[in-house]
Amino acid sequence: MKRFRAWLVRLAGLRPGGRRDRELTDEIEANLQMHIDDNLRSGMPPEQARRHAILKLGGVEPTKEAYRDRGTIPFLENLMRDTRFAIRHLRKNPGFACTAVLVLGVGMSASVAIFAFVDATLIKPLPYRNPAGLVGLFETVQFCPRCPLSYPDYLDWKKLNKVFTAVDAFEGNGLTLRTDSGAEVVGGALVTAGFFKTLGVAPVLGRDFRAGEDSPAAPRTVILSYAAWQKRYAGNAAALGQTVTLNGDPSVIIGVLPQDFHFAATGPAEFWTALHTTSNSCYPQRGCHSLHGLARLRDGVSVQTADANIKLIAGELEKEYPSNRGQGGSVISFTELEVGRIRPILIVLLCGSGLLLLIASVNVTSLVLVRAESRRREMAVRSALGGSRARLAGQFVTEAVVLVAASATLGLVSAKWLMRLLIGLIGADQMAAMPFLYGLSLNLRVLAFAAAISVAAAAVLSIAPAWRSFLPDLRKGLAEGSRGSAGTTWRRFGANLVVLELATAVVLLVGAGLLGKSFYRLLHVDMGMQPDHLATLRIAEPDATRGNNAKVVALAREMISRTASLPGVQSVGISTTLPVHGGNTMWIRVLGHAFHGEHNEVGYREVSSGYFTTLHAKLLRGRYFTEADDASKPPVVIIDRALAEKYFPGENPVGMQMAYSGATSPPMQVVGIVEDIKEGALDETTWPTLYVAFNQDPDDHFSLIVRASNGEQALLPTLAAAIRRIDPGIATFDPRTMRGIIDNTPAAYLHRCSAWLVGGFAFLALLLGTAGLYGVIAYSVSTRTREIGVRMALGAQRGTVYRLILKEAGWLIASGIAIGLGCSVAAATLLRDLLFGVRSADPEILMGVAVVLGVAALLASYIPARRAASVNPVDALRAE
Amino acid sequence: MNDKTDIWQGTLALMVLKTIESMGPLHGYGIARRIEQTSGNLLSLNYGTLYPALLKLEQEGCIASEWGVSENNRKAKFYKLTRTGRRQLAKEARDWQQATAILARFLSPSGDAA
Repeated sequence: MKRFRAWLVRLAGLRPGGRRDRELTDEIEANLQMHIDDNLRSGMPPEQARRHAILKLGGVEPTKEAYRDRGTIPFLENLMRDTRFAIRHLRKNPGFACTAVLVLGVGMSASVAIFAFVDATLIKPLPYRNPAGLVGLFETVQFCPRCPLSYPDYLDWKKLNKVFTAVDAFEGNGLTLRTDSGAEVVGGALVTAGFFKTLGVAPVLGRDFRAGEDSPAAPRTVILSYAAWQKRYAGNAAALGQTVTLNGDPSVIIGVLPQDFHFAATGPAEFWTALHTTSNSCYPQRGCHSLHGLARLRDGVSVQTADANIKLIAGELEKEYPSNRGQGGSVISFTELEVGRIRPILIVLLCGSGLLLLIASVNVTSLVLVRAESRRREMAVRSALGGSRARLAGQFVTEAVVLVAASATLGLVSAKWLMRLLIGLIGADQMAAMPFLYGLSLNLRVLAFAAAISVAAAAVLSIAPAWRSFLPDLRKGLAEGSRGSAGTTWRRFGANLVVLELATAVVLLVGAGLLGKSFYRLLHVDMGMQPDHLATLRIAEPDATRGNNAKVVALAREMISRTASLPGVQSVGISTTLPVHGGNTMWIRVLGHAFHGEHNEVGYREVSSGYFTTLHAKLLRGRYFTEADDASKPPVVIIDRALAEKYFPGENPVGMQMAYSGATSPPMQVVGIVEDIKEGALDETTWPTLYVAFNQDPDDHFSLIVRASNGEQALLPTLAAAIRRIDPGIATFDPRTMRGIIDNTPAAYLHRCSAWLVGGFAFLALLLGTAGLYGVIAYSVSTRTREIGVRMALGAQRGTVYRLILKEAGWLIASGIAIGLGCSVAAATLLRDLLFGVRSADPEILMGVAVVLGVAALLASYIPARRAASVNPVDALRAE
Repeated sequence: MNDKTDIWQGTLALMVLKTIESMGPLHGYGIARRIEQTSGNLLSLNYGTLYPALLKLEQEGCIASEWGVSENNRKAKFYKLTRTGRRQLAKEARDWQQATAILARFLSPSGDAA
């Protein structure tokens, strides 16, 4: 306590001001006088009296110094003096200070912002108990490594496994909620009773599902998400015990989930209901795969061990049930499932921002070095006056720290901005798929990262000039005109830095080029349709028609005709699943071909007669469906080119018959072949697809697709209103344009984000790299003014001077580009997984980057070259 | 052997506190002289070392200072004991006595050596 008080007083002593000093002088003087008086009284001669007193004191100045050291904290006092000096120094050079702080701040802000995303995604643990012990369970078939489970398989895996403490199943699904005004489709999830226990999440209000609450006989219960509780019940605890009607079933609200709970795999679900085997006609069938498995590993069991166990069980089930033929199993770490997709992009972005920070630091380092060069005399003088090397180096360190501190402040503030901007760019749809990004913040880990890069930057900035200033003997700095030799040394060192900058810029430019090109390729992939001017709306028919095919078809026809009569609508079609969404699959067989129970899995859609014409698909053979293809006629199907080529090689499928692989399936006649439509993800090869006539095999959930002559965005609300006028019990949701859907697919979105961000980094890198080159060449010209003057006085032409300067720049540019291209070919292999339709060593991109950087760099060096060539020899010789 | 001994590390503060306690408010020179006298001139004090020690005690709140006039009419800075200083003095004196008593037992010839 006492010691602490003393430290405080000493800290307070740091305040500048000479009062304490003066007081001490007075005190010592007074005491000395008393001593002298005493000495005189004891008979000493005056001279000796004084001498004796001073000797006894041990000297006035040493006493004062010892006192001063005790009065403050000497190290801190030096530091403050250095800091004040550094700030004064920077203030006197506002151009240098602003440039350095801005450049470094931009580099830091990009790195910090990207790191915050990395932190929220890859470092911050998911909001479940011991997330490392959670795994996802999947069935695997050829071409589908992560396929959903069937309910019977889930039960068998749960029973037979030896590696899990708990196995649960879930399915994200839209639920139709009956409301006062009609019906609304809400995000929902069906989960088995132990689901939340397995996750280790407890409701903040009410209770969790009880064991057995998912059995068919149990009454229906539902747990609300926190958001739904706030939105629909204003956070009122009275919500518990109330009944809501979901998909026609009255369900009692039993609990509310915590606010920070999120679960990307189901989408943003508001209502979590217990999964009953009767909830879906699909569940009892072993061949119907709709569930995702979630399990918790036993202590000490690795994902690999669990995977092997599940594969073994899947193998046994395969032997036992024909429907499981060709089906394996797979166990994947749950964290990997949630964030695996964006991990490579984040790593690329982090590397990109790191390279940008590198360029920025190098750029500022060369600025600092130029300044250190011009301060050689100052340093030499200080050294000659007794400044120790440590003290002089300390000055550089302090200046670097002041610069970096200012940059870091700027960087943090703008990182906060940048993060908000990026979140804004992500959009609601993608945030729902990446809910962990809601945890994005400048937390302690991010601040620690910022501190670490600041320390690194400060080290780079202070070591370079401190080391440089000690290279040749300092005293040389005092000699007049010694700048020439020092200038040469610096020019060599600075030139190396510029080559490094240019090479880094090349790497970033190549990365941006590759990502940009693959984004372009992705958006211009052959869709097999014209996605412009299409409006879409998802529909859930009312409870009243559900399960009655004739009523479902009649209502769908009514919707089509009402929609078609809206102004600006050219044509209307419906499909159970929209393009680029993937969707269900079926096992088929071709009648007349040998069949031994193989699983010929094809994509599957129920579409109306207007579907293909509305999409502007291309008919290859046969015909499209007509309204006449209804339940009264034998079933007809249309296949795409991929299916025709795979299952009808060398045959004309039109007129041939096929069936589902089940024994009871009626034969279906192929009436037409269409060119492949992008029904699945943009970046995946098209899966063979089978189209079934909607009127023959309807579904109460489907999407309307409307081709508008113009203004499809404005059509969306009109569309929903027109549908609900038919029957308020019809739930409409997800009104979107086809372009919007394509732009928001994860593939397009992730490509766009990475292309834009890396593009931004690359642009800044180009700017900084050329600015760095300009700096080096301009400095070189300024130190060679006299030489150039002499050359011109001796008859050198302007052209010669240009050549002299541009040759120097050309060397730097050429080596920067050459090294950069070499590095980028290596770096691009890291990007391989993110590229679509582009090779990692794309010659067009490499050439393009070389040209762009070369031209920009030559322009940057042309300016100082021009200045050099316009030197007036007489002035140049007179100078200095 | 030297006839005058240097001050042991850490004991100067205790001597200063004790001196001020027994003498009342006193200036630096007076404290230094008094310490030498009390030691029977066996201690040789470098007066300059006294100022940082006084400053340290003041920073710790053991003593307080104010300007006054000395016996022969010179303006001087006087130090007096604070309550904290009194407590500190009592504690340090006790510790010191204990330490010397222990050492004395070791060094006394009549100790019950085995």
